[in-house]
Amino acid sequence: MAEIVLDKVTKRYPDGALAVSEVNIEIADGEFVILVGPSGCGKSTTLNMIAGLEDITGGELRIGGQRMNERAPKDRDIAMVFQSYALYPHMTVRENMAFPLRLAKVDSATVRAKVEEAAQILDLTPHLDRKPANLSGGQRQRVAMGRAIVRSPKAFLMDEPLSNLDAKLRGQMRTSVSRLQKQMGTTTVYVTHDQTEAMTLGDRVVVLRGGLVQQVGAPQFLYDHPANLFVAGFIGAPSMNFLAVTIRAEGATLLAEAPGLRLGLPPAIGQTLAGRRDQRVTLGVRPEHLSLGNGALQCSFEANVEVLEQLGSEIVLEVRAGDASLTVARIDPQARLVAGDRLRLCVQPERLHFFDPSTEQAIR
Amino acid sequence: MAVITPGKRFQWTVIDVVVVVYALVPVLWTLSLSFKSKATIGDGNLLPSEWSFQSYLDIFQTNDFLLALVNSIGISLIATAIAVVLGTMAAYAIARLDFPGKSVLVGFSLLVAMFPQVSLVSPLFSIERSVGIFDTWPGLILPYITFALPLAIYTLSAFFREIPWELEKAAKMDGATPAQAFRRVIAPLAAPGVFTTAILVFIFCWNDFLFAISLTATTRSRTVPAALQFFTGASQFEDPTGQICAAAVVITIPIVLFVLFFQRRIVAGLTSGAVKG
Repeated sequence: MAEIVLDKVTKRYPDGALAVSEVNIEIADGEFVILVGPSGCGKSTTLNMIAGLEDITGGELRIGGQRMNERAPKDRDIAMVFQSYALYPHMTVRENMAFPLRLAKVDSATVRAKVEEAAQILDLTPHLDRKPANLSGGQRQRVAMGRAIVRSPKAFLMDEPLSNLDAKLRGQMRTSVSRLQKQMGTTTVYVTHDQTEAMTLGDRVVVLRGGLVQQVGAPQFLYDHPANLFVAGFIGAPSMNFLAVTIRAEGATLLAEAPGLRLGLPPAIGQTLAGRRDQRVTLGVRPEHLSLGNGALQCSFEANVEVLEQLGSEIVLEVRAGDASLTVARIDPQARLVAGDRLRLCVQPERLHFFDPSTEQAIR
Repeated sequence: MAVITPGKRFQWTVIDVVVVVYALVPVLWTLSLSFKSKATIGDGNLLPSEWSFQSYLDIFQTNDFLLALVNSIGISLIATAIAVVLGTMAAYAIARLDFPGKSVLVGFSLLVAMFPQVSLVSPLFSIERSVGIFDTWPGLILPYITFALPLAIYTLSAFFREIPWELEKAAKMDGATPAQAFRRVIAPLAAPGVFTTAILVFIFCWNDFLFAISLTATTRSRTVPAALQFFTGASQFEDPTGQICAAAVVITIPIVLFVLFFQRRIVAGLTSGAVKG
């Protein structure tokens, strides 16, 4: 077990392409950190650099206080779970899980005991003598996990380990990965493009885009206080609505105005926006923070229902207010709505987000 | 799967039979000739009217054929072993690594494969005579390796490309050195490719006539395809057709055995289950 420190870690490919640019992350001992972002954001490259499968072009990687840049993967004492599982097809489940221990020249009795213990934890005991080809996707995934946990490494690296499973199994495995990590208390770096996994699994989430860290923080913090437009749009599902609005002053209160829309802003937000009077800003509001009802006129607006999605437990609406198209979630399924209805939507002003349209940074 | 109608089935049966007959008739004819007596050899019957093992006895009467057989087996096995080992290493590098000059190397090996061998016979003859390996085993093994390597590299690199690279990464993460990763993970998975290549290279060496006839002079290194050429009948006017056919049948046996032996190791889909397909 150890802490992992990335100090201005950079990856530049020989052709000049910059994959990861000066990433600084300090991962505490036992922490579960998620690297999340769209494809091509450099999250897997970062993970591979921690693993030692890719060279680090600049900066320093320290595991347990020691510089790791030049160490071969086998000397870093970290285990990795691959997206494709990468099981050895010519070996049985038992041999697959024993492989790292055998390479470490552990004696047979201990290997046996450790493999059986891991199999017990992962519910693989009946399958120990089968080959990977005869296992289901979920079982293969667990064998891959088993191979990682048998040798109690300093850290686990997981590269989208659940993305090949079907939705239901993914949900189950998500819970067991989380439980396993808590139980073992091993530092874990987990790469995913799925924001649900990021939100539910991690102690902290690192959002990456184009090789740059956008924001680091606890999942709830990222949801509540996204640092920029990208994080705001990436975290949360369905994703946040963005509107171009103009800030106007009406007496003492500030208003956010767009065609067909006028929202009064509470004094707390008003202060941060005071300097932006008559300027255009981007307003962000999460679909779940819009609701039906006749709230104060100040914080509500009229909209037309365009598309209506019945999900059983809730209704998701696509509505149009003036020029803007918005998603509204968590509508009571009992509400009798049809496409084309005109309705009044209410916002909670304290849950509005504002971003500078040119820098895309949050206005705080 | 499309439904196979009786008409389709009939059509395929006819085509299959035609192909099998086309391929097997010369073999059967050779077999038949080898079992005919000298008197009936020209009678044109597929089934010998009287069975005779005289031709087989004839070819083993002198040591010439036996020596040629030993030469053939020895030279082909050694050439195959060296070509497959070198080819495995080269193919692995080509499939996995990006190194400067890779495309040049691949291009050159392709060039070797395309080069007309006939045009090399006289230079090789002169070179081997001045170097002193003319009419020796190395004198045949060397050109066999040269011409078998492109074949080996091509076949093997196709097999190596099929092996998911992540397996090697996983082995590295599990604590393997590159050599251990190759030996314990990659090599076992490449085995079917290695055996396939071995079969192809062995057949190439075994069947070669051009080099065997040009670069040998005595029974010291003459292989069977060349030795057949030196069969003579009992008299000047007798054609050694029977003996040649008997020898042809005999030299087919090792190759059939070789293929059968290695074919069992060619298990299709050995890598299935490694990664999510």
